[in-house]
Amino acid sequence: MTAVIAPVAERTGGAPRDVQRRRRLPLRVVALLYVALLVGIPVGFLFGKAFSNGLGTFWHQITEPGAISALELSAKVAAIAVPVNTVVGIGAGMLLARRRFFGKRILDLIFDVPIAISPIIIGLSLFLAYSRIGWLGPWLLSHGIMIVFSIPGVVIATMAVSLPYVLRSIVPVLVEIGETQEQAARTLGAGMWRRLFTITLPAIRWALLYGIALTLARTLGEFGAVVIVSGNITQKTQTLPVYIYSAWDQDFNDAGAFAGAIVLAAISITVLVILSILRARERRLRVDIA
Amino acid sequence: MGIAGGSTLLVGYLSLIVLIPIAAVAAHGLGLSLHTHSRGWAFWHWTFNSDFSGFWSNVTQSNSVHAIWLSLWLSISVAAINAVFGVVIAMVLVRDTFVGKRVLEGVIDLPFALPTIVAGVVFVYLYGTASPVHVNLYETWTGLFVALLFVTLPFSVRAVQPVLESFDGHAEDASRSLGAGTFRTFTSILLPSMLPAILTGFGLAFARAVGEFGSISLIAGGGLGRTTTAASLIFNLFGDGNYTQAAAVSVALLVFSLTLLASTGVVSSQFQRRLSQ
Repeated sequence: MTAVIAPVAERTGGAPRDVQRRRRLPLRVVALLYVALLVGIPVGFLFGKAFSNGLGTFWHQITEPGAISALELSAKVAAIAVPVNTVVGIGAGMLLARRRFFGKRILDLIFDVPIAISPIIIGLSLFLAYSRIGWLGPWLLSHGIMIVFSIPGVVIATMAVSLPYVLRSIVPVLVEIGETQEQAARTLGAGMWRRLFTITLPAIRWALLYGIALTLARTLGEFGAVVIVSGNITQKTQTLPVYIYSAWDQDFNDAGAFAGAIVLAAISITVLVILSILRARERRLRVDIA
Repeated sequence: MGIAGGSTLLVGYLSLIVLIPIAAVAAHGLGLSLHTHSRGWAFWHWTFNSDFSGFWSNVTQSNSVHAIWLSLWLSISVAAINAVFGVVIAMVLVRDTFVGKRVLEGVIDLPFALPTIVAGVVFVYLYGTASPVHVNLYETWTGLFVALLFVTLPFSVRAVQPVLESFDGHAEDASRSLGAGTFRTFTSILLPSMLPAILTGFGLAFARAVGEFGSISLIAGGGLGRTTTAASLIFNLFGDGNYTQAAAVSVALLVFSLTLLASTGVVSSQFQRRLSQ
């Protein structure tokens, strides 16, 4: 054996460039084929099918009273769930990243529950807690508070499934930036809120936006938990995903289902683009937060 | 509002949306029933019963056993298949350069961002009884497989990608210069360091698949229950008003999947500990 260590120019893979390229080609073909078959074709068909009937049909379907009402409810639910979970995520994130306290591990675990548990089970659990036959339902109903089969239930179900995303996005960044700046601000006399708004939030802004975008995507797309809790009441408790489901499964209104699906798909693709821009700014961000 | 007030609000919120409901489904499934009476503002006038034998008989009903078993083996197979393709795709994303790589990078995340019911509608249209490509997977296990492979793909890829990125390639160069071929270099250098991440991806994909409902709800059909997964069964039982069996199946599914998740977590962290020694 003459030279154990290869010259630097040949280091990467230990083979000439054209050999490397030939070696990579089969893997590239396999990866591209798999993704194209599994993801590319279905998503391509979705857009093709939705617009094959023409934009007029699409517009007609999406302005049906049922679709409009579903769009409005989805927007309202997101307008409540996203801000609430953003505030909760920041608060719990600061606790988890900055403080030591009894039950910290449990708090951390609770935020994993919505990811680890089926949305269907979350829906059923809300039903068994707040419906007429549930734990607190009879008491709530006797005081005029109806949660299940009405809009509050839809909001609570959506808040439950979209709970972890802000927290899981910001905690790694909070831990990494450390608290030296916050402590410096404190010694200079800045209060808790001032430290939060002038030091911490600006430092984690990309991660925070990332978490908010993920929360929004999850909020608008949630189906399993909402379909149970909402009772699927047309023009009353149907969010857009539930509307799509009943249009296809119960009303045999394929065009309506596809019109709704294309709206949701367009929103989620927009969110994806935003996410990839944010990821370019903050390398610690990942999609599979758990 | 100080820390104390904020913490109280946080605990209240988490109780409202997660803790009380999960306790309710667990208790209901295990046969503990608790009812609040509607007299006055005090709700601690409750009645309490327990019947654990009900749980067992509900879980051992043939439709429960079939659905839980189907969910478990489907999810394990799907997570395993995507673990393999996840490594291949991550290798291509990290090591390869070609035109359109950024598109591939974005398309990987699509199944995560796309609402599951949208995927459900697309799959039942594309692979349903009136399939435009003449592939009819309606009410078949293959149909469930395709939908579950779709929704779990991002987890399998993104779990291993960072590990590959952190790899500088020196160990691989050494292995090659000592005469090992591509395959041997992969199995003895890359694979062992990626294994904990692969296991994490497996766990995430399994968790997602085992609870998945939206994307498979339409293509699974209804029919004879052959394609009814645990999540679909819970939904159907709920529709029939059989809340006790629905809760019992939920509890059983949770126990099985948490056990499996805990074991992948444990395996993964033990492996890391061994590597760092």
